Amino acid sequence: MFKCKTSAEVGGMGHSVKRKEDARFLHGKGNYVDDVKLPGMLTMVMVRSPYAYAKIKSINKEKALAIPGVLAVITGEDLAQYNLHWMPTLLSDTQMVLPTDTVMHQAQEVCAVIATDRYIAVDGAEAVDVQYEPMDAIVDPFKALDEGAPLLRPDKDGQKDNQIYHWERGDRGKTDEVIANADVVVKERIHLPRIHVASIETCGCVASYDKDTEKLVVYLTTQAPHAIRTIVALVAGHVGLSEEKIRIISPDIGGGFGGKVPVYPAYVVAIAATFLIGKPVKWIEDRSENLVNGFARDYHMDCELAATKDGKIQAFKVSTLADHGYTDSSANPSKYPTGMFSICTGSYDYEHAFAELDAVYTNKAPGGVAYRCSFRVTEAVHAIERMVDKLAAKIGKDPALIRLENFIKKDQFPYASPLGWSYDSGDYEATLKKAMEMIGYEDYKKEQVEKRKQGKLMGIGISTFTEVVGAGPSKDFDILGIAMFDSAEIRVHPTGKALARFGTKSQGQGHETTYAQILAEELGIPYTDIEIDEGDTDTAPYGLGTYASRSTPTAGAAAAIAARKLRDKGKKIAAYLLEVSEEDIEWEVGKYFVKGAPEKSKTIQEVVFAAYTNIPPGMEPGFEATHYYDPPNLTFPNGAYICVVEVEKETGAIDVKRFVAIDDCGNIINPMIVEGQVHGGLTQGIAPAMYEGIEYDEQGNVLNGTFMDYLVPTAVESPHWETGHTITPSPHHPLGAKGVAESPTVGAPPAIANAIIDALAPLGIEHLDIPITPAKVWEAIQAHS
Amino acid sequence: MKHEITLTINGQSVTAEVDSRLLLIHFIREQLDLTGTHIGCDTSNCGACTILLNGMSVKSCTYLAVRADGAEITTIEGLAAEGTNHPLQKGFHDQHGLHCGFCTPGMIMRSVDLLKNNPDPTEEEIRWGISGNLCRCTGYNNIVKSIQQAAKEMQQEKETTV
Ligand code: FES
Ligand code: FES
Repeated sequence: MFKCKTSAEVGGMGHSVKRKEDARFLHGKGNYVDDVKLPGMLTMVMVRSPYAYAKIKSINKEKALAIPGVLAVITGEDLAQYNLHWMPTLLSDTQMVLPTDTVMHQAQEVCAVIATDRYIAVDGAEAVDVQYEPMDAIVDPFKALDEGAPLLRPDKDGQKDNQIYHWERGDRGKTDEVIANADVVVKERIHLPRIHVASIETCGCVASYDKDTEKLVVYLTTQAPHAIRTIVALVAGHVGLSEEKIRIISPDIGGGFGGKVPVYPAYVVAIAATFLIGKPVKWIEDRSENLVNGFARDYHMDCELAATKDGKIQAFKVSTLADHGYTDSSANPSKYPTGMFSICTGSYDYEHAFAELDAVYTNKAPGGVAYRCSFRVTEAVHAIERMVDKLAAKIGKDPALIRLENFIKKDQFPYASPLGWSYDSGDYEATLKKAMEMIGYEDYKKEQVEKRKQGKLMGIGISTFTEVVGAGPSKDFDILGIAMFDSAEIRVHPTGKALARFGTKSQGQGHETTYAQILAEELGIPYTDIEIDEGDTDTAPYGLGTYASRSTPTAGAAAAIAARKLRDKGKKIAAYLLEVSEEDIEWEVGKYFVKGAPEKSKTIQEVVFAAYTNIPPGMEPGFEATHYYDPPNLTFPNGAYICVVEVEKETGAIDVKRFVAIDDCGNIINPMIVEGQVHGGLTQGIAPAMYEGIEYDEQGNVLNGTFMDYLVPTAVESPHWETGHTITPSPHHPLGAKGVAESPTVGAPPAIANAIIDALAPLGIEHLDIPITPAKVWEAIQAHS
Repeated sequence: MKHEITLTINGQSVTAEVDSRLLLIHFIREQLDLTGTHIGCDTSNCGACTILLNGMSVKSCTYLAVRADGAEITTIEGLAAEGTNHPLQKGFHDQHGLHCGFCTPGMIMRSVDLLKNNPDPTEEEIRWGISGNLCRCTGYNNIVKSIQQAAKEMQQEKETTV
């Protein structure tokens, strides 16, 4: 177990200190984007397409402009005059800001109405008269590649069909050969549904351009303010917006989960509007606009897993069709169009694997936005964890045993995976055994035998996943060419209190507390004496932001190293103050002392004071340091989750009886916060497993685009989570930490799916795609009885 | 059409002109600048907008401002005196019942009503009691614990004042 080095007052790593940021939220004083009110501010509302695919014949603004208070209607034609009607997505595809001739998905932005107040703006939006000529939409991704399918993106040079790209990794020939000769092969087509992050705060912005200072300030619901600033400068440079004149402020953010990484068209329109009108413009998305835009997942994966007859895994192959809607809106590093999908070989030791993927365009909203997951890890984990269970069922082996027998062993790390990752550390066996013990696995196995005798449907599901998070390293990872490092800047004031700024941005993760704890650990300054500041590009050091569980692996490491630079400087000052040579000075949390004479010491606060008041000759005054951290590798958090369910035969109702999650995220900064992150992630794991999934009809109409029918779990659906940890520090991270917030979202769905399918196994049901709803279960039961 | 309404909000009397169609949430946030109450949906599902109206928890996005004429309203800003905490605010802090904080004011205002009607709820009763409020961050475990802590504290307070 991790042993705290600091006292509770100092509050370094391992202490469950309460959060410093809570007070303002508890008293209603948080400052979210919709709370921003600027003098003269106008409101913008988007007009959206009722059709999934249509030509725009005309847009008549007249009636809207006749409404008192409506100031402007902005169309694609208007933006085209400035060449601002298209923009790049974060994966170098292109997306319309506003269309000039064609709409590509239902609810796509068609034009914007700007008015003095939100009610008037909505009136204006209703009064805009748009004439469409509907066309046949491509909704089924399997039909997108049909011979003769209409070409959805003729605007793209060289685009001859609806394929976006083909990607592959691994040795196809060898993998095929092993599969062809294996004792046992299991196959399945697995679909991960389109889902939406649905953070309770939707997206929005307040854009404000000052003609005198030529400064553009944008309050924005963004997880990556610096990246957005650079993108705005790149996209709108030609109209005179240059980067030093752009200030992005990401104030308090009401949940992000990846949905607040992309640049949404309305942000650009709001910026254009303030630029043209000269007054601040606010745009806040409604929930039903939010839910029909920018989706995650939607992978159809054909999986094959080969093994010996006693269950030793030999090879894994997965061929995927990815539905990206009308544009590839992934925020993936450019060398990794499918993100980290090649982690799909999982936690198991075998030699051969091959993964390929074809991404296609359809008439749906942009796909590839994250949902609390490090770049496609959820899809990968679901594929392998379902297949391992299928293999276990096929050969009649206990799913826990088959995992234990196939795990990468503790002493095999760093482990070179068949598809090219270097797993940093783990003890998968210990983690699974801990989960089995905590839930009482063997007892449930016995209970299941009894229940089955009585004709009752009870299932036990396991998932033992490996994640890959914390991008960089910058040589491999970038967003639109910008390297994925992150940063910390520490200023320690003369009285020993500090202000630290970061390139990341918390959306509820508790950075104001955990970063202060990292600095407390490294410097011995109490965490309560350290202010943390993020999200304002005019003040924070450059960084790529918070997503993909990268804050602790990158900015957390930057904080530790910047603090260590300060400690080195402090050592020189201490030597000067204590009149000994630097080699004779030792450090223990919070103070420097003379080797062999511990009574001769200086506290960190005394040393800092001296850095401003009694500076050693020749030394640069002050006590400040900055570090830009470029990680040498990614980190590989992992875990073992076990779920017990009961299914009612007559109704298909599913009752999650128990859920135990053991996570190994390396060393832990704040156990309370880590546990909270795991709880939240688990609820976002059960969500797609049992409730969420955006559905379309044949015309491309979204069937469940509001909170009435897109079922975000409430406290009733969310089980009482039981959590625990094993700790295998990351060997290459300065704090031994790995990042945790996405593990549960990644690990929970297969545990739940495996449990439900295990419950239904006596009926001969071998697979169900998520979301596994009571209706789906009921239908499967009917079909099998 | 405009209407004059008078109501009490967080102990202060307010008179204002409002449009017939103005929602109470917009009146509170935009006219009174009390932005602690949030908007999370447009279908009355999320509960981020929950306030107390005449002592009852109400989703202020589904309530017209004119209808609140004569009402007594408490929002998160008025739940406890400046610089102090209501036991629920303390509970949420102690038990890590919030992450991003966006759902928190609504959750807390809903819980005030819940505990008024059921001072000693079971976990199951708490879960059903807050099922009109969505939280996307916390997974609810710690929200339940926060409410349990507050319930206990309020019970004890009651016992010592009796
Ligand atoms: S804003 Fe969602 S219920 Fe009121
Ligand atoms: S704390 Fe973020 S929605 Fe509840």
